[in-house]
Amino acid sequence: MKIERYLLALSICLAPALAPAQGLDPSVILQPLADSWPTYSGDYTGKRHSRLTQINQANVKNLTLAWTTRLTPGSASGDGGGFGFGFGGRGGGAPLIVGGEGSGETGGRAGNVNIRASILEVNGILYLSAPDNAWAVDARDGHEIWHYFWKTKGGTHIGNRGLGMWHDRLYMETPDDYLVCLDAKTGKELWHKVIADFSLQYFSTPAPIVIGNHILVGTGDDLDEPGFLQSFDPETGALQWKWYSVPMEKGDPALKTWANLDAARHGGGQVWIPGSYDPETHLYIFGTGNPTPAYTGQSRGELDNLYTCSLVAVNVDTGKLAWYYQVAPHDTHDWDATQTPILFDAEFAGKPRKLVATAERNGYFFVLDRVTGEHMVTTKYSDSVNWAKGLNAKGAPVRDPGKDSTIGGSLVSPDNGGATNWPPPTFDPASGLFYVPSSDTYAMYYLTETDPRGAMGLGGKDEQFVASFGSYLTAIDYKTGKVAWRHKYPGGGRNGGNGLLTTDGKLLFAGDPSGNLVAFDPPTGKILWHSRIGNVSNAPETFLLDGHQYLLVAAGDTLFSFTLY
Amino acid sequence: MAAAAFAQAPAQPPAPGAGRGGRGGGGFGSAYPQHAPSDPAMVERGKAIYGVNCAFCHGSDARGGEGGPNLIRSQVLLNDQNGEHLAPIVQKGLPDRGMPKFDFSLAQISDIAAFIHSFRVGGYDLSRMAPPSIVVGDAKAGEADFQSRCASCHSAAGDLKGVGSRFADPKVLQQNWLVPGSGRAGRGGPGGASAANVPPATVTVTLAGGKKMEGRLLRIDDFLVTLAGADGFEHTFRRDGALRVEEHDPLEPHKKLLPTYSDKEIHDVTAYLVTLK
Repeated sequence: MKIERYLLALSICLAPALAPAQGLDPSVILQPLADSWPTYSGDYTGKRHSRLTQINQANVKNLTLAWTTRLTPGSASGDGGGFGFGFGGRGGGAPLIVGGEGSGETGGRAGNVNIRASILEVNGILYLSAPDNAWAVDARDGHEIWHYFWKTKGGTHIGNRGLGMWHDRLYMETPDDYLVCLDAKTGKELWHKVIADFSLQYFSTPAPIVIGNHILVGTGDDLDEPGFLQSFDPETGALQWKWYSVPMEKGDPALKTWANLDAARHGGGQVWIPGSYDPETHLYIFGTGNPTPAYTGQSRGELDNLYTCSLVAVNVDTGKLAWYYQVAPHDTHDWDATQTPILFDAEFAGKPRKLVATAERNGYFFVLDRVTGEHMVTTKYSDSVNWAKGLNAKGAPVRDPGKDSTIGGSLVSPDNGGATNWPPPTFDPASGLFYVPSSDTYAMYYLTETDPRGAMGLGGKDEQFVASFGSYLTAIDYKTGKVAWRHKYPGGGRNGGNGLLTTDGKLLFAGDPSGNLVAFDPPTGKILWHSRIGNVSNAPETFLLDGHQYLLVAAGDTLFSFTLY
Repeated sequence: MAAAAFAQAPAQPPAPGAGRGGRGGGGFGSAYPQHAPSDPAMVERGKAIYGVNCAFCHGSDARGGEGGPNLIRSQVLLNDQNGEHLAPIVQKGLPDRGMPKFDFSLAQISDIAAFIHSFRVGGYDLSRMAPPSIVVGDAKAGEADFQSRCASCHSAAGDLKGVGSRFADPKVLQQNWLVPGSGRAGRGGPGGASAANVPPATVTVTLAGGKKMEGRLLRIDDFLVTLAGADGFEHTFRRDGALRVEEHDPLEPHKKLLPTYSDKEIHDVTAYLVTLK
């Protein structure tokens, strides 16, 4: 086992030396997560579990800062200035490449960037993004190698979840709905392509996911337009297939879950967070967003509204749906099911099974068979959740219509932010626990639109926060769905912190809601180490470079890299 | 008929708390393409043609009517500039969807398009038929609920005397009796300042030697706690060793009751409290 692991590590280390122009061979992403971080979740499973052990329970208290780098978005970061207090050698000398089809004035938010992205680490270089911006940074000392800035036409600039990489090319989505292909060596643009109709108010935040010769690209929209996932050719950007999450044509079997075709074609179900991939079945498994109009659902019909708020499995070769599981039929609170699902093989009821697990924004945890979509477990992991009357025959929560938005107000848990949100969970095979940042919150949902036709998009309601019963790091036993332990963060905020990482060093890393990067003992939740670096804005990652393990995390506009000396 | 009132571009509603919502930001609504204002004469002519021919099916405000879909969010019209996408549909009809054809000139269709484009398009759609009040409960039942739920700490003749007058907006009153300080207005936002006197959370820290310090809780996490001391200084303590920390949240009794309320009880209590003028 040890020898195998050593050989695997060796082969990955040698590949770039033998063929430096190759960049990232897509087959590397098929390997279990260890030395590099080549895709959004590190590998395709979504586990965010690294096999690295150099940083471990015995020495984590010696973890120390290797470097920190502050990134400046926009066109002001060009030659000769703009670089913060980075310790990098070249500082502001990094080349700035400018692209884009807009004026850039409505976006970019120069000087104010919050790095929410997963950061790629390939052959000693970090590739990361923020809305309209991409950077290459040296993983050894944090110096900026190049910076690409996209001049935007506008759109919702809420976040960017990262880049995708195929050989020596990088792919970035922009808020104004382009897929931009960059040369990883120079940051120079190779091409860009429209991926959604900006006039329909689509905006694009996801990290493109590279699977073989497919670039999988999702988008977002808050104006009653249909959600979809697209697959593009990595070399030309040509469309390979497009899968809609709502019925677009007569004869679609899901159409009977909508009032009519017009409602379905405006039914939302956006695909705005990357999913996970099962190479054995060629299924890309991901979550879809809320149905629209979100809060005034009458125009959708008192029906399930497929395939919104669902976990869906789409074949990457054909773009066809293999199975779906709807975690919230007819959602009325804008609780997108866009949480990255986790794929793992484990024992269930005495048998080895191929599983997919997800902790949803609506407060429920699910385990399914990832080959067939067969339902296995549903539990509530947030104690306060009160919007459902029970479970249906398929194990999905049944909405209590009394908890829709009402004129006098409905006291509902969770608030719109949800029991969790997009920040990625992690699964540790050793402890058998699924970890998720969570919170127990209440809000009043007031209906403000009394027009019987309802509102559009996310309109028609006034949601007012009432109270939080706490923010937690929650550990769930996948076999029962029961909470194994919860660490309650002091301070009682409404936000459960950011994304998570586990390692074979018996460590669980989390950004807490108070600005600390914290290492926990996975089976018990005992705190082992922390560093107060400011509001952690992405999920911690780890990789091995020159035989040394690094821990990388972003807090706002600054990257922090930790290691052992 | 009422369409004219909606035909101006209203200000965007306030951005909802995007928080970790992953999206949101009504404030970005202006970042999407909106049609430039057209010649008012075109809009007027278009409104007249629309009112006579289209409003029955698509609604006088173009948001859908008897059988016809909402045109504001229509993919065809969102991509249309001057009627060029609208014209083939109007002139040929959509027989399979029950839309008849109309014998309008291109100029007339441009006028109709100008009228439809005069509506602002946004995913954080303004509510246009807002309810006059959130007070929907039964004050008498609310008084009984108040006696059983609240009277051990509060009284209508004592601390809550005139509470119905202190809050101009019953929604603010409702948020503040549920959990004082909650909701937007309760945090000092617009819409009538909160009259709720929200006592701060405090903390008692006991040092290794038994010495105690107490004060307003400024911040706490797993590693540090900061309080505002009676001496006017901030004091931060490292949470290790024998340090004992006791938090006192004066809102705890309100929070504990939350899971026990039915929405009817909430509405009834609010209906009662607004009568305490």
